[in-house]
Amino acid sequence: MTGELMEHPVILETKDLSVSYGDHQVVKKVNLNILANQVTAVIGPSGCGKSTMLRVFNRMNDFVPDARIEGKVLFEKNDLYDDKIDPGFIRQQIGMVFQRPNPFHKSIYNNVIWGPKVNGHKKDLRELAEQALQKAALWDEVKDRLHESALNLSGGQQQRLCIARAIAMNPKIILMDEPCSALDPRATARIEDLIQEFRSRYTIVIVTHNMQQAARVSDNTAFLYEGNLVEYGATKKIFTQPDQKKTEDYITGRFG
Amino acid sequence: MINRRIRSLKNRTFVWVCRGVTAAMISVLFILLYHVGQEGIGWLDKQFLDSFPSRFPEKAGIKSALWGSVWLIGMTATFSIPLGVATAVYLEEYAPRKIWVRAIEINIGNLAGMPSILYGLLGLAIFVRFMGLEDSLWSGSLTLSLLALPVIVIASQGALRAVPREIREGAYALGARRWQVVFGHVLPCALPGIMTGVILALSRSMGETAPLIMIGALSYVAFLPETPSDPFTALPVQIFNWAARPQANFHGLAAAGILVLLALLLTLNASAVFIREKLQRYKP
Repeated sequence: MTGELMEHPVILETKDLSVSYGDHQVVKKVNLNILANQVTAVIGPSGCGKSTMLRVFNRMNDFVPDARIEGKVLFEKNDLYDDKIDPGFIRQQIGMVFQRPNPFHKSIYNNVIWGPKVNGHKKDLRELAEQALQKAALWDEVKDRLHESALNLSGGQQQRLCIARAIAMNPKIILMDEPCSALDPRATARIEDLIQEFRSRYTIVIVTHNMQQAARVSDNTAFLYEGNLVEYGATKKIFTQPDQKKTEDYITGRFG
Repeated sequence: MINRRIRSLKNRTFVWVCRGVTAAMISVLFILLYHVGQEGIGWLDKQFLDSFPSRFPEKAGIKSALWGSVWLIGMTATFSIPLGVATAVYLEEYAPRKIWVRAIEINIGNLAGMPSILYGLLGLAIFVRFMGLEDSLWSGSLTLSLLALPVIVIASQGALRAVPREIREGAYALGARRWQVVFGHVLPCALPGIMTGVILALSRSMGETAPLIMIGALSYVAFLPETPSDPFTALPVQIFNWAARPQANFHGLAAAGILVLLALLLTLNASAVFIREKLQRYKP
């Protein structure tokens, strides 16, 4: 690990993390430190376990019946898979944005405030919604139709709404699972701008297929191959002079 | 070229076969309606709707059967909708994917296809005899609820299953609990489908005769039920009774009764469709 990585505190770390579905091991003994207020990109070919790993970080894998998790995931030094930990409480602090925009079948306004509301936030919801939409750079486009269905928005707007929805919970970490893969280049650019703006306030972990995107938006990059963490370091270094031959081959497009 | 012509011919033939089948179905329905209408419309007047049954066809009416059916359907809906939807929510959202859950689901599927007279026997044994409810509205509506339940459960399960996984994931990712996800997103999304199942089930039980005769619904009731413990008659029972008599005038009464039953069913279905459309249209 380079010196540059060490300047930020570790917010999330995995210790020999392995994930299997039935007999199939998808993630193999991964040790990874996610640094606070940084953007960490996870890259690798399809099926390398990057989405699985991301879903382990906020216990979304609990819903997969035969998923087995070994090793440890520590969030601010607390074991995420401790029996005493409430997964709901974890997800309030570690938000997620999915591959395909998944707005609720409700109004724009209710999409944003639903999370805070069910978690006991009662006051100033309107203000909260405005702030979240502002931060997601969606406010100007929707301020006159907050009570219209979120399903009438364009794909890019829907994804920004999903980001606003995640921000409204004021999470510490935002996990993004290929957030732009269903979007056109312009909408993608807007999401990438948002990620740039967020880096000071949140910790972001983004899984992406798009190497240029990883290079553009992230501070650190982890390269996963067949469930193994091949290389992890500052994005600049990974993309210019990687230590591993495998990383270089993948980044230069020789496979994957 | 020839190949193309044959394909186009096949295509047109298929369209016409489909149209023919649809037309045949609809014409059967219209012939039935016409036949019943012709026979019954003459008997259908205010006096018919406002009189109790009588052995003189001119004085006989459908009042007690009509109100009996309204009572029945109201009580059946009250019992079967909450129970059925709750069962579906449990099976779909909470129950572990175990073999015994599968067994229960298969059994519910079988129940939906069971002949209604068997429900009548069950109702007779349990509600009428064992629970001592006699030939009251309780017995009738509880028996019809048994009949409606499997249909409601199956339709609701289908509707719940059709709610996209992404919606649930989105809600869980915000830290919501399971009941919040179910009540906040899954049920509202599934509501139109659930309503369809409920309409189907209630319409079916409304037209049932056999189980009601089995549990001893009377066909001569010269009063309106006032409490759920009162004896009752229902439209199909009354119609059956009239149609079984030899005198032609009573057949006219039966036809008129069918028209009333059809009107009631149509009103029920139309209002349910109306409510469903209202719900489906987006609610802020």
